[in-house]
Amino acid sequence: MSRLCIENLSTALLKNIELEVAAGECVCLSGASGCGKSLLLRAIVDLDEHDGEVTLGEQTCSGMPADQWRRRVGLLPTESFWWHDTPQEHFSHDDLQNVILATDWLSRLGLAPAILQQHISQLSSGERQRLALLRLLANQPEMLLLDEPTSSLDPDSISAVESLIKDYQKHYQAAVIWVSHNAAQASRVADRHFIIEQGALQEQPL
Amino acid sequence: MNMVLLSTFDLVLVALLVLALAVMSNLMALGITRSLIIAALRTVIQLLLIGLLLKFIFSSTNLVLMVAVVTIMLLVAGREVMARQQHRLKGWWGFGVGTSSILVSSFAVTFLALLVVIQADPWYEPRYLLPLLGMILGNSMNGVALGVDRLTHSVITLRGSVEARLILGQTWLQAIEDIRRDSMRTGMMPIINAMAIAGVVSLPGMMTGQILSGIPPLEAVKYQILIMFLIASSTGFGVMTAVHLVSRRLFDQRQRLHLDRLSRVYTNK
Repeated sequence: MSRLCIENLSTALLKNIELEVAAGECVCLSGASGCGKSLLLRAIVDLDEHDGEVTLGEQTCSGMPADQWRRRVGLLPTESFWWHDTPQEHFSHDDLQNVILATDWLSRLGLAPAILQQHISQLSSGERQRLALLRLLANQPEMLLLDEPTSSLDPDSISAVESLIKDYQKHYQAAVIWVSHNAAQASRVADRHFIIEQGALQEQPL
Repeated sequence: MNMVLLSTFDLVLVALLVLALAVMSNLMALGITRSLIIAALRTVIQLLLIGLLLKFIFSSTNLVLMVAVVTIMLLVAGREVMARQQHRLKGWWGFGVGTSSILVSSFAVTFLALLVVIQADPWYEPRYLLPLLGMILGNSMNGVALGVDRLTHSVITLRGSVEARLILGQTWLQAIEDIRRDSMRTGMMPIINAMAIAGVVSLPGMMTGQILSGIPPLEAVKYQILIMFLIASSTGFGVMTAVHLVSRRLFDQRQRLHLDRLSRVYTNK
């Protein structure tokens, strides 16, 4: 149950970004390719150098070790990367038993448990994208930064992913920043909608 | 037992072989002809110079002179490590990391051998110090260059995975552990292979040299074992140090991956 607060955040592309996302609120971000949406998310997880401060609840980003910060502020990048042979190896034993197999998340996303033992190269991009979401949720982050989480999915999977994220958001009272190019999706999932233009945020009607 | 002495004609004959290789590589457009010829020329010039120098050095046991020679050897080795990197760390790091890793491992191992094992008098007796250090330095340099090159190359290729691991909350050390392990293995593989086949497939150079000059084979073998072990430990510790230093340098205090600290350099143009 933490509020995200971005104060005066600047990078090469972004100028003095100010944004507050309440616990349990979802904010949608759009903007032309290359406008800095992904860079904003990367700056929030402290993966790129930036000025300004990001606070989650009472804790500042600069005040805690980067690995712990990133665990709390869950980022789902557009492209998913895998470094072991099967999805299963990317989960810790506990996460697999207590979260992934203990919840109905797999089946809600239309995935059978057997997929966890398949070789990564045999999975479609849509399967990888959904598995990457599960890999992130297994960490149980306090907030979610989602970079086009449904870009490679068919309509059924899109609504499955949207509904799972909505439930996670509600259950954990997580703040969510959702990058999407789709205005209809924005109005379905978001409470507020912003466009990044010339390095600044501009609020849009939903 | 007298040694057969080589004439200049003998060497020219063998040089023709290298020339033939250069012509072939050129025909096959391997892009290494220039490097091959330059390396061959360097071999001739550098060895002739060191031959002359050794003649002079062996006639005196002067500590200051030794230190000077050894420093030059180290600096050249460090520069060579850097020159062999396709992507090297920018600034002084590129030179410093390789050089310091080689310095620590090679010198520690060589001094250990000279002081404890060989116990030459004085310990910096050039007849022992220089060949020993030369072999250890040369091999460590190879290992370090291979290991570091593998590291930087892998980090660039696997950047997405490394960052994905950071994003999921792994520490920089966890995010790069596979690459580090792989790079250390790569750096150590040549010496492990060399030890594995020593005496069966290849007769190591030093031993061959000693046997050619009339030393009883078993005495030569003992020296060769000593050398192999010294080389293996020096290479191993050097590779570990270098891979650690470079991988540490690729991340900042906030555990961000900094590929901008690498410059792209094409060797063998």
